Amino acid sequence: MITARYHREVPQRFRLEANKCVSCGHINFPPRLVCPKCKGQKFDNVVLKDEGKLLTYTILRVAADRFSKETPIAVGIVELEDGVKITTQIADVDVDTLQIGQKVKLVLRKIQEDGKAGILCYGYKAVVI
Amino acid sequence: MRDVFVIGAGMTKFGELWEKSIKDIFVEAGLKAIEDAGVGYIDSLYVGAMSSGLFVGQEHLGAVMADYLGVNPVPATRVESACASGGVSFRQAYLEVASGASDIVLAGGVEKMTDGADVTDALATAADQEYEVYHGVTFPGLYAMIAKAHMHQYGTTRQQLAAVAVKNHRNGAKNPNAQFRFEVTLEQVLNSTRVADPLGLLDCSPVSDGGAAVILVSAEVARNLKKPLIRVIASSQASDTIALHSRPSFTTIGSVVKAAEKAYKMAGIKPTDVNLCEVHDCFTIAEIVVSEDLGFFEKGKGGEAVEKGLTALEGGKMPINTSGGLKSKGHPVGATGIAQIIEVYEQLSGKAGARQVKNARIGMAQNMGGSGASCVIHILEVK
Repeated sequence: MITARYHREVPQRFRLEANKCVSCGHINFPPRLVCPKCKGQKFDNVVLKDEGKLLTYTILRVAADRFSKETPIAVGIVELEDGVKITTQIADVDVDTLQIGQKVKLVLRKIQEDGKAGILCYGYKAVVI
Repeated sequence: MRDVFVIGAGMTKFGELWEKSIKDIFVEAGLKAIEDAGVGYIDSLYVGAMSSGLFVGQEHLGAVMADYLGVNPVPATRVESACASGGVSFRQAYLEVASGASDIVLAGGVEKMTDGADVTDALATAADQEYEVYHGVTFPGLYAMIAKAHMHQYGTTRQQLAAVAVKNHRNGAKNPNAQFRFEVTLEQVLNSTRVADPLGLLDCSPVSDGGAAVILVSAEVARNLKKPLIRVIASSQASDTIALHSRPSFTTIGSVVKAAEKAYKMAGIKPTDVNLCEVHDCFTIAEIVVSEDLGFFEKGKGGEAVEKGLTALEGGKMPINTSGGLKSKGHPVGATGIAQIIEVYEQLSGKAGARQVKNARIGMAQNMGGSGASCVIHILEVK
């Protein structure tokens, strides 16, 4: 991964920084320039809540090459308490015990490595609470 | 807008075509289509291809294919809309003829997936790279999450998912161009290697090479060539959020609902008027969700419908994927949307052989990209 490209997403991946539409209140994660709900273009900066519930999930048994040593990988869509939905891995869990509706919390973890000599890439993963 | 007719089709066999390059594949399909149509020239061509840059390191495909097809200097354009590239290629050709800008246009699609690229990674570029793929999600993973949600919400079963693969292989076994010309049992699907729970290997469309092309013309050209009049009575396209997680529901695909609404309106028909439909069954769950979103079955009843045989070629009231679908026929991504049109065209021309649906007059092709961020629908009718 090119360092600049990785660096651009750090505010979201490390700190869950989002923006909230001034006119309709819709929260965008990542921040957007145009509100998809009302087309508004004025936003306040907000930080997402780090707890939510699992809406759906899967266990990846086969992954792209750079994740292939980590299978099985639990991945799901989490709805955070402020209504924002995100895709994230679910860490530290017996994958066979996962259930839709489970409460989770986001924590900072290593997500991937850029080959043998590249940078380590971090971001959020969910853990069951 | 003028009426537009499909008067010729050609495709390669789908599968692992080790001895053929992406150029060989497209040119073979293109030449067959031109010969089938009986036209002496084309005004322009479109090539649908999802990711020739990642798969074979070749972009600028419009120019490449015009050159190797020997049709320079006609305008040639590559069209990309992920797995809907073929369908969108057809739509661009349709619009070009309908507008009156051209009279004879070739719409093709191609993909060469077996030349050594990391296919899972290349296909994943159709999802949100920073907010889905970064976290390791694959395409089977996205559709698996749709499946989990559908099972949770509507009680759809693992067996019902598997029944889609069984049916599509039964149809594909009768298709000489299919990658997998064999039947599979329910047990084989249920016991296949797990890919992304609840989907197993036999719930997934394969990695394939292949090309397909059709010729679209104006009414005047079709009549002069004395061709059966198979008219495009609807062409529609819609988009949805790139990330699955941004949608209000994971059990319905908004772009499919919207494109279907527009297509039915344009054609002036209802879902019950459709005699057969090719749907984008990249994964078994996709066929179930789409068959509901197209209005063939009540929401949540798509699994039950396939289990009861309602979508079967033999005896089904709404035959779906008579070609074998992506599952059995193969899924060379860019070619898929065109191959769906070819199945509909052959069915309406009475040339579908062992797969022929009796008295087929109206056929539909539904092609989508990503987890449904793009959907393109066409409806053809025998005039």
